[in-house]
Amino acid sequence: MSAATKEKEPLFSAKNRKLLTNPINLNNPITVQVLGICSALAVTAKLKPAFVMAVSVIVVTAFANLIISLLRNGIPPRIRIIVQLVVIASLVILVDQLLKAFVYDVSRQLSVFVGLIITNCIVMGRLEAFAMGNKPWPSLLDGIGNGLGYSLILIMVGFVRELFGSGTIWGYHVIPQSFYDLGYRNNGFMILPPMALIIVGIIIWIQRSRNPELVEEK
Amino acid sequence: MQEIFSIFVKSIFVDNMIFAYFLGMCSYLAVSKTVNTSVGLGIAVVFVLGITVPVDYLLNEFVLKPGALAWLSKDFADVDLSFLSFIVFIAVIASMVQLVEMVVEKFSPALYSSLGIFLPLIAVNCAILGGSLFMQEREYQSLEQATAFGLGSGIGWFLAIVGIAAIREKIRYSHIPAPLRGLGITFIITGLMGIAFMSFLGIKL
Repeated sequence: MSAATKEKEPLFSAKNRKLLTNPINLNNPITVQVLGICSALAVTAKLKPAFVMAVSVIVVTAFANLIISLLRNGIPPRIRIIVQLVVIASLVILVDQLLKAFVYDVSRQLSVFVGLIITNCIVMGRLEAFAMGNKPWPSLLDGIGNGLGYSLILIMVGFVRELFGSGTIWGYHVIPQSFYDLGYRNNGFMILPPMALIIVGIIIWIQRSRNPELVEEK
Repeated sequence: MQEIFSIFVKSIFVDNMIFAYFLGMCSYLAVSKTVNTSVGLGIAVVFVLGITVPVDYLLNEFVLKPGALAWLSKDFADVDLSFLSFIVFIAVIASMVQLVEMVVEKFSPALYSSLGIFLPLIAVNCAILGGSLFMQEREYQSLEQATAFGLGSGIGWFLAIVGIAAIREKIRYSHIPAPLRGLGITFIITGLMGIAFMSFLGIKL
């Protein structure tokens, strides 16, 4: 009867809170674990698609983690990759159909990148590293946490690129006309794909200067 | 013929998987530490893309597209299975990778041992699934075009990873600010390479 007498762990114990907050900074999936970069960069020319993408990834990571964690004792290890892919692909199809139904224009902009959540390494990586060996509730939190860490970077990059590239945020003009009259120009370079890489490089630089323990060995 | 050639060249340089779409970045960043391993992974990607894109093209054409099942019977003429494409493509990719792995192991043990663990990893490389999804979105007209696109994207990816690996081997000897070391500088160099590759945009084929 040891299980019954053992005190139940509170839902938001310190350990569980850590699962949620750690991936946002110190264990960020993009800048530290180097997972899921593929889709992170291509959708960030504007804030809105970046936000929609971020929400989709949070949903997929959270539920994929939850489902795999529930199934973890029934999955034969040899075919686990296929099982994981099937779970992820079904979730992504759901997300894709929902996006097409409710935000069709954004779904057009995201084009193939919604489908590419299937091979987004964050989802696979967290399933392998966490959900296969942990209970459903921590797995769900871990999924949400990693999704949030991913979203944070996506939104930061999207914000910078849209502000300097088009002078707008979420489609609204924020840079006043008087600036343009003084000779300010939108930096069209920011819209181009390579700038996303350079901005992420700079984010990594800032993050690592603030957290020296993340600096790589020579 | 000319159109096939132009799709091929365009997918290598202009629509480069890495520099224009950031596909396959995870393995690109993780495996590009030395030139040798990145050549191995690059060849494997060319190989798998060259096979999966045509196969997925056939599936898309004869099973998934709206009305694609018309060849079976008239009753199926208005069936649209395109919502299944993600799951079908990923299944094809996973099984193709497995198949390619077995074939390579059987016929060329030397290549197999040099590719090592990279072959199975390719199943979750976004560039492969991305290739199939772009093929579907751009509606290529024939099997040859789809094959040219698949091979071209693979070769473009190969060029990119070998290039960055060569740079990373050299950059080990330079003085980089400590927080930028490793990942940070790789991102920035990839960005600069992307800017260089953008000069191909002006080429009209």
